[in-house]
Amino acid sequence: MMHSLNKHARMLTAGAALSLLLMAGAPAFAETPADTLVQGWAIDDIITMDPGEAFELSTAEVTANTYSYLVRLDLNDTSKVVGDLAESWTVSDDGLTYTFKLKPGLKFASGNPVTAEDVAYSFERVVKLDKSPAFILTQFGLTGDNVTEKAKAADETTFVFTVDKAYAPSFVLNCLTATVGSVVDKKLVLEHVKAVTPSEEYKYDNDFGNEWLKTGYAGSGAFKMREWRANEVVVMERNDNYYGEKAPLARVIYRHMKESSGQRLALEAGDIDVARNLEPGDFDAVSKNGDLKTTSAPKGTVYYFSLNQKNQNLAKPEVAEAFKYLVDYDAIGSTLIKGIGEIHQTFLPKGVLGELDENPYKLDVAKAKELLAKAGLADGFSVTMDVRNTQPITGIAESIQQTLAQANIKMEIIPGDGKQTLTKYRARTHDIYIGQWGQDYFDPNSNAETFTVNPDNSDEGKVKTLAWRNAWDVPKEWTEQSKAALLEKDAAKRAEMYKDLQKKVLANSPFVIIFQQTEVAGYRGNLKGFKLGPSFDTNYVFNVSKE
Amino acid sequence: MTLPETTQLAGRRRARANGWAGNALRFLVIIVTTYLGLLAVTFFIGRVIPIDPVLAILGDRAPAHVVERTRELLGFNKPLYQQFYIYVRDALTGNFGTSVLTTNPVMADIRRVFPATLELATFGTIIGSLIGVPLGVLAAVKRGSIADQIVRVIGLVGYSVPIFWLALLSLLLFYARLKWVAFPGRIDIVYEYSFTPVTGLYLIDSAWQGQWDVFRDVFRHIILPASLLGYFSLAYISRMTRSFMLNELAQEYIVAARAKGLSESRIIWVHALRNAAVPLVTVIALSYAGLLEGSVLTETVFAWPGLGLYITNSLQNADMNAVLGGTIVIGSVFIAINILSDLLYRTLDPRTRAR
Repeated sequence: MMHSLNKHARMLTAGAALSLLLMAGAPAFAETPADTLVQGWAIDDIITMDPGEAFELSTAEVTANTYSYLVRLDLNDTSKVVGDLAESWTVSDDGLTYTFKLKPGLKFASGNPVTAEDVAYSFERVVKLDKSPAFILTQFGLTGDNVTEKAKAADETTFVFTVDKAYAPSFVLNCLTATVGSVVDKKLVLEHVKAVTPSEEYKYDNDFGNEWLKTGYAGSGAFKMREWRANEVVVMERNDNYYGEKAPLARVIYRHMKESSGQRLALEAGDIDVARNLEPGDFDAVSKNGDLKTTSAPKGTVYYFSLNQKNQNLAKPEVAEAFKYLVDYDAIGSTLIKGIGEIHQTFLPKGVLGELDENPYKLDVAKAKELLAKAGLADGFSVTMDVRNTQPITGIAESIQQTLAQANIKMEIIPGDGKQTLTKYRARTHDIYIGQWGQDYFDPNSNAETFTVNPDNSDEGKVKTLAWRNAWDVPKEWTEQSKAALLEKDAAKRAEMYKDLQKKVLANSPFVIIFQQTEVAGYRGNLKGFKLGPSFDTNYVFNVSKE
Repeated sequence: MTLPETTQLAGRRRARANGWAGNALRFLVIIVTTYLGLLAVTFFIGRVIPIDPVLAILGDRAPAHVVERTRELLGFNKPLYQQFYIYVRDALTGNFGTSVLTTNPVMADIRRVFPATLELATFGTIIGSLIGVPLGVLAAVKRGSIADQIVRVIGLVGYSVPIFWLALLSLLLFYARLKWVAFPGRIDIVYEYSFTPVTGLYLIDSAWQGQWDVFRDVFRHIILPASLLGYFSLAYISRMTRSFMLNELAQEYIVAARAKGLSESRIIWVHALRNAAVPLVTVIALSYAGLLEGSVLTETVFAWPGLGLYITNSLQNADMNAVLGGTIVIGSVFIAINILSDLLYRTLDPRTRAR
């Protein structure tokens, strides 16, 4: 017995010595392989990789790098588009028929040729599956019954798309730059379709490869998606069949890292090349480090708070205006959102057609008090705000709480998890909600619609825009104007219409828009060509190389 | 052997067999009620939280008609008791549903993440008990001395310092400054695609396949989180060992052993520790089970793709299928470890063995 215990003790000592040896023999500096880009990024929002189903920001970036569309945003002028798979396109005189001519000799990553047939199939599966992003295509009058007629291949390289109204061509084309417009490899997808029993809700006998594409890949982008493991990693590899210039890097890895501080440590140590979720403090430290660089780009997301019009006090127009004077924009801009946002008070983000760079409101307590007195609320009132537990939202809510108090408005903050506050917001049971809104596709209509369209303000209303969520009965002419802008063929005139709408909403609406988000990233000095794009689906990595 | 004697013996045997059957039955009843209770509580908490599960699945940007369709498809419009009935019925056939977050069947996800936690917890417990037990013995033998005080302080720090803070500090020291260990995750990306795990326990897999460079890399990833968890359980184990040993060392058989002239080390390590080991097994087993639950904070800080991280993520996303599945696994782990420590008891303590 004694003997065996001693043996154990000896093994223990040996083990300890071995571990010390292993640890001491570690290399001094970690470095990622020269042909691989490793990004530290919170990718826990990804729930599917099927471009016909995905509507999450992280997925959008992966899809944009791995799939091709007919047309893409022109990064030099984001109010325009350029051809991706399409070499050219024409719009018929009546504005209803779009004819796309594909580039010659295109191939999918699988080696199958890209034909107009694949484009038609991609449209068909999006419309028939009818998942979250499908409305971007179905808003042009596509239904499961007519899609094969309205979106079809005229020949091998000609795709014809027929819309139901003479929309502004800029609107139609902008919508086609969304990730839902990704062209999938029909032949490959057909090999993986699963049979489904048709039902009341779903009339088709197969799943159009949806289950397989959740983790599978059938595209023709600069990279191919090799693997996605939820909350762990996304791996992309260079697609040697890509029609354009081949990516310099062989592999791009997104590694799920939630913590800003952890990303910073790993970036400094060289275990990752790019840190994507840096908070202001860590971003500041990274920008001061000589081995590292930083970059930033405004994104199409605006942060706002909104007043539920079911609340009698908040429904008074003077109160809504007073709230716009009770936000300390300067203080928020210079501290809470420093580097990660820019004060912006109109509903269209910078970069999109029709943007309006006007920020007329400043903190003005006297003016606000005057307005409140006019509304008969000189002594103030009590109100609640639903606030999700994340920065910078919490900080901004606290700042607003203080400035409101100066005008005798007592605001109680109800903290909650993001999904919890959102559930309440969608049920229209909040007083004030603070949050962000990212545009669904890169066209002014996306935000114009949600901020200015509300055809049925009853609780049963089917069109659940942000205006509806706040029970705001939008003036009929505004809704009409928003819809008319969709049909305006002249892009310049169309832009003017949106500018006018923004001025109206700025002056008279329950929305207090505070700032536009800026996306930031820190990266290692040896990276070349790393840039963030103007939207979440234009953060391209196919130009990145290493020195 | 006379007749009455044999009947008596048979009777006793029967009684014992009945006792065994009774025990087994009681055990079964306990397991079933534990599971049902576990399921019911988690299920109903999951349904009454003010979060719309469909919203959790589809995200904020899904249009209204898609939300309605999904609600119907997943049966969220049915009464709660029906939803529970459907869930239990499916669970009995081994179908724990699909995780909305990962789109995989919940059990497939758990099979993937559990080995990561198992490896970390096992390594942590080994470190904790290999160091904790001798420290506790030392403290008991040298009771009141400086050594005892030092062990006490080590234990106190382990008890009271928040583990995530310790984790961040140790990362700063051993990873960022000294560069002794690796971070983040379980394995370096260089090896991620040249190494195929079999059991999911990377240390064992890499050693088995003779890929020693992979082994070394995996070791550099696991050593810091495992040491932290080890330290955490060491604090507890050393305190308990000390008190069990003090108890044993005060017993008469120790005096007898001393009187026999046995060496002090033999008295301590063989006689006293052997007897202290019985309650100690429970302590170590419970601490092991605690680590197997998934040490959420450690796994978050070290980006360790284990059970704790999986369940936390699911919880935050209101992914109730995954949470329920995870709860069942944790419940099973606790039950299994309890059975195992019971069995160990039998080997260590002759009194509990069937005569």
